Amino acid sequence: MIQKNWWKILGVALLVYTIIAGLLGAVPRLAIINETIRGLYFHVPMWFAMVVFLIGSLVYSIRYLRKGNIQDDHKAVELAKTGLLFGMLGIITGILWANYAWGTPWHGDPKQNGAAIALLIYFAYLVLRGSIENEDQKARISSVYNIFAFAAMIPLLFILPRLTSSMHPGSGGNPGFNMYDTDNRMLMVFYPAIIGWILLGFWITQLRIKIKNIKNSLES
Amino acid sequence: MGDQIRLLIISNFKTELRQQYALGGILLYLISTIFITYLSFGAGGLAPLTWNTLFWIIILFTATNAIARSFLQEGPGKMLYYYALVSPQAFILAKIIFNTVYMLILAFTGLGLYWVVFGSFIADWPAFLLNLALASLGFSVALTLISAIAAKAGNSATLMAVLGFPVILPMLLIIIRISKHTIDGLDWSIIIGDIGVLAAINLLLFSASLLLFPYLWRS
Repeated sequence: MIQKNWWKILGVALLVYTIIAGLLGAVPRLAIINETIRGLYFHVPMWFAMVVFLIGSLVYSIRYLRKGNIQDDHKAVELAKTGLLFGMLGIITGILWANYAWGTPWHGDPKQNGAAIALLIYFAYLVLRGSIENEDQKARISSVYNIFAFAAMIPLLFILPRLTSSMHPGSGGNPGFNMYDTDNRMLMVFYPAIIGWILLGFWITQLRIKIKNIKNSLES
Repeated sequence: MGDQIRLLIISNFKTELRQQYALGGILLYLISTIFITYLSFGAGGLAPLTWNTLFWIIILFTATNAIARSFLQEGPGKMLYYYALVSPQAFILAKIIFNTVYMLILAFTGLGLYWVVFGSFIADWPAFLLNLALASLGFSVALTLISAIAAKAGNSATLMAVLGFPVILPMLLIIIRISKHTIDGLDWSIIIGDIGVLAAINLLLFSASLLLFPYLWRS
């Protein structure tokens, strides 16, 4: 039991630690950002988690096309859904923060726009799956789209943000990661928070795959 | 392989010429759209920023409509016939080349009409035309595979837009950016970097199309 589920316990423990230390721990005092700096523990890890799950989805889509095992396709779609969940949470927490720090919920910031486009792509992936009846066709066609869309997203995530200026913390001359990096107190919470949220995401995904398998075996 | 591609392109053009209403239809779509925007804005003309964005939005919608047809017109029987005869890479390559030529015709016609009704703000014509040509290639590379996916999924027109727009958006942003540079008459050294990025995106999607199409083909 413990040997199999240690990572779930670790994930919950890390998140409990994140919430307590994240809300009560000491943080640097900065103008404008003030206490919203704690968003680092609850907003930024959402993006890390989203990218991890979307890459996971990509890997299983590639595996499906290579080996043709339908289980890989189930994993790909559930990982994509978890990625979407974290992406939406990231957007919502970002909107909350931007409303205070920038004065508007949607600022046309390149990272905001990029995240919104990434979500559009994966919603389209789900719509595509919904419009195909045949199970094998659905798996194959949507895997192809998943991989193609990811290729199209690479410039969005890694090239465009570097070409455009941004008010987002962490880009250009804005206060962001570079400064947090030197603050060890914040890193002591930030890194565990990333791992904790990702482990929670894996747990959600695993449960959803189990439910799906049970449903499938009940139907057949 | 080379022969196959050549023959497929020729057959694509022959099919196209046989049903002339297809090219006529999409040209009319382009003309009507440009004329509608002209009438809607009135005789006052456009600011450079609006001119630029509107032009590319019109080209985007025309491209989606034009390329959506490229697989829908092939019935299942004809696809099976091709499947038995040619390699999937040759097939998709021929489609991409054909769509690029098609898009070049549409894009340059579109620019001509747009120029007639709205005038032009372009300061650097060679750079703008190069960008237009690369954009035609890019739209056709990005949308040909999407059109194959949409055709497989049956539910064509809506699905084509839903699947295609987010995929093409990063490319469109770069294209509009380069276009803005050519309107502002910026130096080549600035434009060339963005052109390089656009070319790299094209190459990436092109290789992805070649790698992925065989899997679609099989089903």
